[in-house]
Amino acid sequence: MINDIASWLLDPAHWTGPDGVPVRTGQHLWYSAISLLIASVIAVPAGLVIGHTGRGRVFVVNLAGAARAIPSLGLLFIMVLLLGPRLTGDAAFLWPSLVVLIVLAIPPILSGAYAGVEGVDPAARDAARGMGMTGWEVLRKVEVPCALPLVFSGVRSAALQVVATATIAAIAGLGGLGRFLIDGQAIRDFPQMASGALLVAALALLVDLAFAAVQRYAVSPGLTGRGAGAAGGRSSARGTRANAVPGHEEEVAVQRQAGKTEPQHGS
Amino acid sequence: MTWFLDHVQDVLDLAWQHVYLAGLPLVIGLLVALPLGWLARRHRALYTPFTAGFGLLYTIPSLALFILLPAILGTRILDRNNVLVAMTIYTVALLVRTVADALAAVPDDVNQAATAMGFTRARRFFAVELPLAVPVIAAGLRVAAVSNVSIVSVAAIIGIPQLGLLFTDGFARTFYDPIVVGIVACIVLALAFDLLILVLARALTPWQRAGAAS
Repeated sequence: MINDIASWLLDPAHWTGPDGVPVRTGQHLWYSAISLLIASVIAVPAGLVIGHTGRGRVFVVNLAGAARAIPSLGLLFIMVLLLGPRLTGDAAFLWPSLVVLIVLAIPPILSGAYAGVEGVDPAARDAARGMGMTGWEVLRKVEVPCALPLVFSGVRSAALQVVATATIAAIAGLGGLGRFLIDGQAIRDFPQMASGALLVAALALLVDLAFAAVQRYAVSPGLTGRGAGAAGGRSSARGTRANAVPGHEEEVAVQRQAGKTEPQHGS
Repeated sequence: MTWFLDHVQDVLDLAWQHVYLAGLPLVIGLLVALPLGWLARRHRALYTPFTAGFGLLYTIPSLALFILLPAILGTRILDRNNVLVAMTIYTVALLVRTVADALAAVPDDVNQAATAMGFTRARRFFAVELPLAVPVIAAGLRVAAVSNVSIVSVAAIIGIPQLGLLFTDGFARTFYDPIVVGIVACIVLALAFDLLILVLARALTPWQRAGAAS
């Protein structure tokens, strides 16, 4: 079995042409990047504003949970059936999948941005106000830098979600590495399926590590503690560890905040 | 709607399979994650390798994991144990870190008080640390439960029966009803898991309600 996978991966024929590994990898990255970019443009500002004003927090808290409950496969099929007939040519395969990728990427980014701003030490915010900063300046100079770790972890979760869902979208005709899994299954070529799966897993891992690296250097040393013992604004340790692991820390953070306030709107 | 009424029994059967495939891994995953999280909390040197290492497992896309597991475990591709193992891996990946952080958040003076009262280390863990960690662990478990329900449906692509089969079935026939019913059923199931964990967590932490009344 392992030998079959190795010989599939080592076969030069699988590394050239329009359905070769490099082209498929490029497609996969391209779909993921464009979806992530569009979702970020929508969700980061929205999350920051909601975190800053506090308006719409119930909406974000519930959206984050609800969105995770929506099965991506079902959403994908609905979207293909709805949009597919309205589009022609390659667009009929491309756009329904991209819409799903964008829709699925928005909630983690939104809740990351929101939880990041929400979790900023109130003392830091008050100090900024006391120094005469306007609301906009507080957001830009204090809240956004302090929120960055969680903003990034939101985008990072979304990236994982997008890379995984782009794989599934191959069943609806999208290109990318998922093609090896789906096409391999159609002709019962298990080595091709497993090789594709291995490549997808490796790609997801690399994307995640790339985000971890960017996150590490984009976040202020005052927050990560990379600089000498910065004292201020570290009362919540949650942001400082955000560069360690992918997953759902922004969601757990939102849930925790939701849990804190639940008696208010529970019962 | 008529389609749903005609196929209630089928949907319920699939939903039951779904509960099994998403729920059992939650229980196993929690039982595996508790000692691992405890180790990561107790030995500082283990924290980063454990949380980051298990976190990396979470990055593997579900469809890829469903396909790779048979090659690793030697199972057949249609064996639903592959899905159980995959979901358990995801649950553990999420919870190891949650458990470690939850235990770390237990106030130190409470631990010292327990030690001063003569609690053994094991008794202190089960009677003091673990109960106090329940709210945070439950928050992580809720995230894991809801995402498990969604991820399990992907296994329909490789032909494992659960609610996801309604999606592939509807798509193959260009027929909306099964897909919509499947999505609604998945969401209801996720909400049910979420509520169950919430209720259990509240039942396990009566002191939280007493405090919240003020």
